Amino acid sequence: MAQTPNRLAPFYENLAFERESNRMIINFGPQHPSAHGQLNLVLELEGEEIVRSVPNIGFLHRGMEKMAENMIYNEFLPTTDRMDYIAATSNNHAFALAVEKLIGVEAPRRAQAIRVVLLELNRMASHLFFLATHALDVGAMSMMLYPFREREYILDLMEEYCGARLTHSAIRIGGVPLDFTPEWIKMCEEFLDHMPEQIEMYDKLLKENRIWCMRLEEVGNISPELADSWALSGPMLRGSGIKWDIRKEEPYEIYDEIDFDIPVAETTDCYGRYRLHIEEMWQSIRIIRQALEIYRDTPPELMAHAPEFISAPKEQMMTQNYSLMQHFVLVTQGMRPPKGEVYVATESPKGELGFFIASDGGPYPYRVKVRAPSFYHCGILEDLLLGVQLADVVTIIGSTNIVFGEIDR
Amino acid sequence: MFRPYQPKDDVQKKPYYTDRFLVVPELPKEPITEERLAADVAELEKSIGIKESYMMAGRAVVIIQPQENKAALALLRSRGFGQLMELSAIDYLAQSGEFEIFYELLSIERRQRIRVKCRIQEKESIESVSDLWRAANWQEREMYDMFGIIANNHPNLKRILMPDDWHDYPLRKTYPLEGDEFAQWYEVDKIYGKEFRDVIGPENRDPARIDRYDTKRFARLGHEVQYGAEPKEEPTPIQYQDQRRPVLNDDLDPAKSKVLDKRK
Repeated sequence: MAQTPNRLAPFYENLAFERESNRMIINFGPQHPSAHGQLNLVLELEGEEIVRSVPNIGFLHRGMEKMAENMIYNEFLPTTDRMDYIAATSNNHAFALAVEKLIGVEAPRRAQAIRVVLLELNRMASHLFFLATHALDVGAMSMMLYPFREREYILDLMEEYCGARLTHSAIRIGGVPLDFTPEWIKMCEEFLDHMPEQIEMYDKLLKENRIWCMRLEEVGNISPELADSWALSGPMLRGSGIKWDIRKEEPYEIYDEIDFDIPVAETTDCYGRYRLHIEEMWQSIRIIRQALEIYRDTPPELMAHAPEFISAPKEQMMTQNYSLMQHFVLVTQGMRPPKGEVYVATESPKGELGFFIASDGGPYPYRVKVRAPSFYHCGILEDLLLGVQLADVVTIIGSTNIVFGEIDR
Repeated sequence: MFRPYQPKDDVQKKPYYTDRFLVVPELPKEPITEERLAADVAELEKSIGIKESYMMAGRAVVIIQPQENKAALALLRSRGFGQLMELSAIDYLAQSGEFEIFYELLSIERRQRIRVKCRIQEKESIESVSDLWRAANWQEREMYDMFGIIANNHPNLKRILMPDDWHDYPLRKTYPLEGDEFAQWYEVDKIYGKEFRDVIGPENRDPARIDRYDTKRFARLGHEVQYGAEPKEEPTPIQYQDQRRPVLNDDLDPAKSKVLDKRK
């Protein structure tokens, strides 16, 4: 097993046999199509059974926390798009919410309603992506096409709203930059009317599909104790039968005014987590409908009024000298939040996305720590894959719904 | 000749202008009034002793001695804080020669959160809590990777995000944003050897750089030429270069393609 690599005999890590114990070590990834990004999983096999699994991460590490310390708060916001790039708005929102907590500002009501609509659209996009890639990994090839078609609809909606399809930056610190147009709302409602039929079609394709059930049921069981120990969150935690959703328990924005349920899966397996994602899409539709209802009778302000931290609206800036001066200072020097530390957790599509910000009163954050849910959902592969058959590895990785932009940051 | 000395205590970006009379406001520290959290803090105070406790921005914060971290966290865990959501450090080496380590705990049954903090000297290490929570395994590895803080009795304390042979700890304030010399030549040194630094040259990090007369990389959009040929001013027409006309592309004429007005 032990190799001493040198230039003449490089390190062959792809395959290693140890004849005495008949154990095989294989590398899963980082170029494996089902590794969901750059995951290198070193698996030790006893026959077809996995006896040790070591996830190696860091192939996509861009040092975002270091970058954050060298940027003003507003500059860092577009960078957060690149973490969970499947649902970029939820990252923007988590960061903006943390900074808002630090500076003691609350977004206006209309901005909150818009945020909730965008967040839930992103949640649906992320869950659709999960469904498509998970099904493709497991072998339901045609299933991949249908969720991607509906995800395209959501990307079009995002493009119509903010101009970007993938890296939205659709949320600002203190509010949102743009209002919905009547046409956008009409498009969004059309989408919401179109969606139930599609979700029912996914159910017809997968819910009682014999192969799908055989591949997913009783695979990748996570006990509640293990879920707690690995600090799981989101669908992974609810998939272990623990009812915990930050939108309900520590409500932010207007989630406390919205009526929705938290689906929980008691089966703790991959099938339960798949069902959870479907159920959450139904809940997202409910939430968006209610949020659009709330949006209709809100005053038109989009950005909070906090001249010390947030630029004035454009009209004011172009007509009033002091607003323009303040805007100039905020853009060139950046806002200076008070000294202190905040940790704000939000429910992103993957789980608890939290930003810890330590400020020393300067325009650059002193320390930003991103609590990415996928980091823990990847870490649990160390324990979850033990005793599993090699063929189930892809199913389990797919069901954790990890995104490497977020794990490596 | 000696290189001019530059202090490396904190090479992070600094604000270029700060008002001389600026008084930095602070988030207020309030006493912990919530009953169950106050009971936790009283219990901690009784059994192991704490340095300070307060509420900041709605979060209970307890500051403890670094030697007591495991006992304190085990106590909180037994009182319902079942999840360790986050664990990391803050570099205060330039100010006081210390790291601040924070633990964010969550109790699902009590629906509460608490933050435990402690400070250690640069050369000190801290006791690992990875046998209380499995999540701490990776969190402490990341803390070690980024700050070089050693967690004693950790089962597998090695780098997690950076390569194993990386030099220095990237999130320390003394580490420059664009990387030190080792970082800048990492791939060249590793793949070719140090003697090839001059041959290969430094990495170009300007994402907006376009070499207008680069004929090797086809960088002049619309004026592409063959590899190594002289650059030319007349535009290269966009058409299928392959005269054999592959079957699949046979019918594709961009001028005739139709764009739907409305989504189906």
